[in-house]
Amino acid sequence: MDQLLINVLNGISAGLLLFMLSSGLTLIFSMMGVLNFAHASFYMVGAYFAYSLTRVVGFWPALVLAPVLVGLLGALFERTALRRVHKFGHVPELLITFGLSFVILELVKLIWGLSSMPFAPPELLQGPAFTVMQSDAHGLGLAWGAAPADRCASAAGAVMHCSTFPATRFFMMVVALVMLVSVWLMLTRTRIGLVIQAALTHPEAVEALGHNVPRVFMLVFGSGCALAGLAGVIGGMTFVTEPSMATIVGTIIFVVVVVGGMGSLAGAFVASILIGLLQTLPLTVDRSLLDLVQNLGWTIPPGNMLYSLMKITLAQAAPILPYLLLVLILIFRPKGLLGTREG
Amino acid sequence: MAPTRTAESRPRYHFKPWNVGRWVLWTLFALLLIFAPHIWSTGFALTMLSQMGIAIIACLAYNILLGQGGMLSFGHAVYSGLGAFLAIHTLNMVGAGKLALPVSLVPLAGAVGGLFFAALLGYVTTKKAGTTFAMITLGIGELVWSMSLMIPEFFGGEGGIAANRVVGQPFLGITFGPQIHVYYLIAVYCFVCTALMFALTRTPLGRMLNAVRDNPERVEFVGYDTQRVRYIAFMISGLFSGVAGGLAAINFELVTAEVVGAGRSGAYLLFVFLGGATFFFGPIIGAVLMVVALVLLSELTQAWLLYLGLVFVFMVMYAPGGIASLIMMNLRVAAFGKLRPLLGSYIALAGTAFTILVGAGAMIEMVYHLQLNEALGPELRFMGATLNARGLDSWFGAVFVLTVGVAMFELTRRQFALQWGQTQEDIEREIKRREAAI
Repeated sequence: MDQLLINVLNGISAGLLLFMLSSGLTLIFSMMGVLNFAHASFYMVGAYFAYSLTRVVGFWPALVLAPVLVGLLGALFERTALRRVHKFGHVPELLITFGLSFVILELVKLIWGLSSMPFAPPELLQGPAFTVMQSDAHGLGLAWGAAPADRCASAAGAVMHCSTFPATRFFMMVVALVMLVSVWLMLTRTRIGLVIQAALTHPEAVEALGHNVPRVFMLVFGSGCALAGLAGVIGGMTFVTEPSMATIVGTIIFVVVVVGGMGSLAGAFVASILIGLLQTLPLTVDRSLLDLVQNLGWTIPPGNMLYSLMKITLAQAAPILPYLLLVLILIFRPKGLLGTREG
Repeated sequence: MAPTRTAESRPRYHFKPWNVGRWVLWTLFALLLIFAPHIWSTGFALTMLSQMGIAIIACLAYNILLGQGGMLSFGHAVYSGLGAFLAIHTLNMVGAGKLALPVSLVPLAGAVGGLFFAALLGYVTTKKAGTTFAMITLGIGELVWSMSLMIPEFFGGEGGIAANRVVGQPFLGITFGPQIHVYYLIAVYCFVCTALMFALTRTPLGRMLNAVRDNPERVEFVGYDTQRVRYIAFMISGLFSGVAGGLAAINFELVTAEVVGAGRSGAYLLFVFLGGATFFFGPIIGAVLMVVALVLLSELTQAWLLYLGLVFVFMVMYAPGGIASLIMMNLRVAAFGKLRPLLGSYIALAGTAFTILVGAGAMIEMVYHLQLNEALGPELRFMGATLNARGLDSWFGAVFVLTVGVAMFELTRRQFALQWGQTQEDIEREIKRREAAI
């Protein structure tokens, strides 16, 4: 029970990290119609910037500075390259961000090398955030930080299980939620947010009212990239900072955006959590379809073609589950979970 | 009132002239395929030519989607790759005596594989167009790639699946043992597939596909189902990709899971675009470039992917029609006899661009050298000069060359842009004048 709780929390935190990425992607997409293929590359750049800045100014200033720098880079790219191809249509826009993802990956390899960076979380975030204790006698218990050793020891007659939840994961959840709330407040409660919302649907009317729509686009693209950079700082610190980190999340966030519904922020949130759980929970289930079939009383000989397919355990199949979900969603609900657009 | 034309008043004899230029081009293409191994006769050249033939089929098949259908696929290696796997399994079955099929027809097994998986997966992907289509193909590509690692029985795991192509009875002494036999097999398939794909662009289906690319709403109004047109095009593209995969299986006698990977899909997209997706012959240029880049450029420098990415980004920004469109624009200028005045500008542009390349290249190579070959010492050879990656003078020199190059290029570019605009205006005026004269 305690382990299951920790697994669910792990899944939710992974989902929230995905949401930090997919929210920026969705924002850019619904605003400009541009699918930023290089979004995961900005995530990676955020991690590398934070790693380098941490060694100069320390972690906490780097947590702020790295996303800002990534946002500036994104705005610069929008201003110099993306705006130029805007008139050619959506496919060239997608292509140029595809090219950018190539260039960023190679530049990162050029500057920081091929091996992974020793990007460790600061003292405060090392160790567990809280411990879930389960005993036969007292049920579930919770303690902040690492639980004292004596409380985790199995006493006479009562077996204790202690499971810890890492502080970095907890921090990831907190940052994602703070970010979610502040983006929502900014979009609905501030003047610039209202302009952005208006420019989403009626860019000409907004322009006629005297707002500089291209500059709003640049701002949105930059902020989306900054959000990716922030996710990168946290992702790089929690997982590994290496050149392949962009491709690992890259395809998944596109799946999130399609499953949630193109251009729907709420859909992106639901899909992120769903896919975060889908990636994490099956990892603990070491059973396959073959076991299920055998429990039902059938046998399949090992030479059969089906046998090799069915002996794959759920844990092995975990990486493809999000893509299977994508295929199912497309067949049964082509506009996505909360999407409104067809086509 | 002008008399209305009825069926009777049409001329009864319809004279359709031969399109001489087309016949000349196709004959030249066939002759080139036949004589290329005699012109470049080394073993290395032969391997490259074989790979080019395969790449031409694959890139043209990809362009049915990208250029003619406006569908940007990020996972097209799935179909050529699965075709390759099916072909190599067929080849192994032929080798084991379970199947009586001549080796020259094994690529057709690849075609069947490509068609089957395109029909299966394309049903899902072609439900959408545009940006969503691109994302779904990316997801499907990743799905197949992950599956390939999970089912080693079919995909052969890390080592891949090997086969022997010298099986069955030799026909007219053709055993497919020597590379030259394989080359001619590839050449025949390449020519036939190219001709078939060109013919496709002339059919009503090919025209509808272009219409779906340009204006899907209007196509719906006319009464066509855009999704169906996309689906059929997707399957045809999968079929030809499968042929390319089958040929690759025979050529290399080894298929690894890499052939369905995202890297291969990305390469198709990149080079088809560089070659030029808007013209039929663009992907052929792209395919030749792809093999040259993958084989030669990767030997020459470790930073080749960076150069490739930069070239791609600039191409998207300044010449979205690829190399083919650059050629066609200059052919138009030449047809009006106005190319000569531009030649000077071209030479100046090339010279200044080369200066930029030298400066930027020196810097990139020095950083790469520091990053990867530190143990060999700070000195490296670059274009015949010895650079010291730790020395200030080398860096200063590179920055200086780069700055001068950029400044000179910008100056020439402005001059050229004016001249080019003037030339185009002249041509437009000339066209109007000729129309008025008729």
